[in-house]
Amino acid sequence: MLLMGKDKGVAAMAANMGKYKGRSLWADAARRFARNKAALISLGVLALLLGFSLLGHYASDWSNETIDWGRLSNIYEQGQPNLESGHYFGLDHVGRDLYQRAVQGSRISLMIGVLGAFVAVVIGALYGAVSGFVGGKVDSLMMRLVDVLSAFPFMFLVIVLMAIFGRNVLLMFVAIGAVSWLNMARIVRGQTLSLKRKEFIEAAFTVGVHPMVIILRHVIPNLLGVVIVYAALLVPEMIMFESFISFLGLGVSEPQTSWGALISEGADNMRSTPWMLAFPMTLLIATLFCFNFIGDGLRDALDPKGN
Amino acid sequence: MSSANPILRVQDLCVRFDLPRGGVWPWRGEALQLKAVNHISFDLYPGEILGIVGESGCGKSTLARAILGMLQNVQGKVVWQGEDMLGLSPSQLRKRRQKLQMVFQDPIASLSPRMTVGEIIAEPLKTHYPEMSSAEREAKVVSIMETVGLHANQVNRYPHEFSGGQCQRVGIARALVLEPDLIICDEPVSALDVSIQAQIVNLLKKLQRELGLSLIFIAHDLNLVKYISDRVMVLYLGHVMEVANSRDLYREPLHPYSKALISAVPIPDPELERGKDVLLLEGDLPSPINPPLGCPFVTRCPMATQVCEETKPELREVADGQRRVACHHA
Repeated sequence: MLLMGKDKGVAAMAANMGKYKGRSLWADAARRFARNKAALISLGVLALLLGFSLLGHYASDWSNETIDWGRLSNIYEQGQPNLESGHYFGLDHVGRDLYQRAVQGSRISLMIGVLGAFVAVVIGALYGAVSGFVGGKVDSLMMRLVDVLSAFPFMFLVIVLMAIFGRNVLLMFVAIGAVSWLNMARIVRGQTLSLKRKEFIEAAFTVGVHPMVIILRHVIPNLLGVVIVYAALLVPEMIMFESFISFLGLGVSEPQTSWGALISEGADNMRSTPWMLAFPMTLLIATLFCFNFIGDGLRDALDPKGN
Repeated sequence: MSSANPILRVQDLCVRFDLPRGGVWPWRGEALQLKAVNHISFDLYPGEILGIVGESGCGKSTLARAILGMLQNVQGKVVWQGEDMLGLSPSQLRKRRQKLQMVFQDPIASLSPRMTVGEIIAEPLKTHYPEMSSAEREAKVVSIMETVGLHANQVNRYPHEFSGGQCQRVGIARALVLEPDLIICDEPVSALDVSIQAQIVNLLKKLQRELGLSLIFIAHDLNLVKYISDRVMVLYLGHVMEVANSRDLYREPLHPYSKALISAVPIPDPELERGKDVLLLEGDLPSPINPPLGCPFVTRCPMATQVCEETKPELREVADGQRRVACHHA
């Protein structure tokens, strides 16, 4: 039509002119994040911790199962942390190498933290987005279900599950996952409700875009900022959950271990072998700090109105 | 112009919103309805610009959204190019939308913040012409950007890198890219400052002339509406008060509400401005939940009499049949 005739000339012109590269909100956020020192350092420390949990076992000749019979009789004096003997973190109360136990525990704790948060985010985000976008009666019904579930005592649920099915890691995921997506669903629903009324969603509707495409192309990308921040803050919460449950003796069982289980054993032997408490606790605290700093950094980076 | 077939024919259009029931229990209490748009009928001809004016809350935007099929609870008929839009299924409606586009009030909020301007303008093409190659699409986007006065090299920029006026140009480009026959502009300039308003209005007028579009131009700035429109429809509380050619309406408004509106328009000349009579209206817009029984304007009308309280005036043709007015006394 009228405009088509001009197309060729204009396109050639555009090709010659060279285009300015726009700065996306994601690129802006990355720049802001890179300026945040605490978050950057945390990211580095977290990478080290991840390396420790995945590759740390190569650094020591001991295994997490063998008992050092030679030192078992006098752990208080001979089982102290010592670089020469190869027991970097010392021995635990039954003579196993604490360094290897810590590597093993880190792996489980980090896995539960990251996977738990991931499960919570996926279920929560989908549930919340559908509830918010559909709205009306469906929304009310879905949100009342969330209310009912969140009113249910969490510890009771865990104890019942553990008592019926016995202790295993998979069950921990179920227990933690069943509860932690509830907040995510509420947050995402709220965000979706406010997005739904935005003019660019109306504009997409006017253009004739299918509602499902609107959710995928317009709603989800605008939700991602919130979801990412919440996920980063959810990981330490998951780790704390797991540690708490393991500390109570309901979590992972021997020979498996986690930070919570190690801290629990360390606390029992605090007077005779304080290193059994000190090392796992340091790891746990460092990880929690890192995730919280990263979460804060992401929040500041993704929400420029905040500062 | 009026001899041609109307491109859009709105007949007896009503929009109702159900309100949550008052009272302690959700199932007790009286079922309330907000009557946002009441029995509005008008025809729009190809190449015509229809201005819609009225104060805030009179149903201007609701009318626009009802025409586009974005609302539930709409009664009446919206006949678009000979076909009633309200009876269509959502997928049929999506297809028809191609020639019926909209420009929004808030230029920045109407652009998705995570997409580049190029992606935003290309979205209608992607939706209606999925078979188009990306090179063709880009050429089209670039040519449209030139048409609305944006530079082609800004295609990869994001909305937050643009000013309000430029964002509105992007909004217009998105509406134009499918080569529509009608664009509904819902207060397209009220969020912009005055010098930018003039640019955008002139752009719309130029595009309308060059492409032969029809426009529905919604605004509360009467000077703007007078400048751009061929015909003007005055709304009050969801009712049509008066429809007339814009020159006739401004020279001699017939309805007391139109008179009040037009007398309140500031005149740029201070001498004239000081000397003119302003017909001040007392009170506020009545609640559309509980409108007056007779004429909707009766609570604020200086000419109201017994008959206005009791019966609602019909929209009747006056003068040479060119204008219509809903008043017992006009």
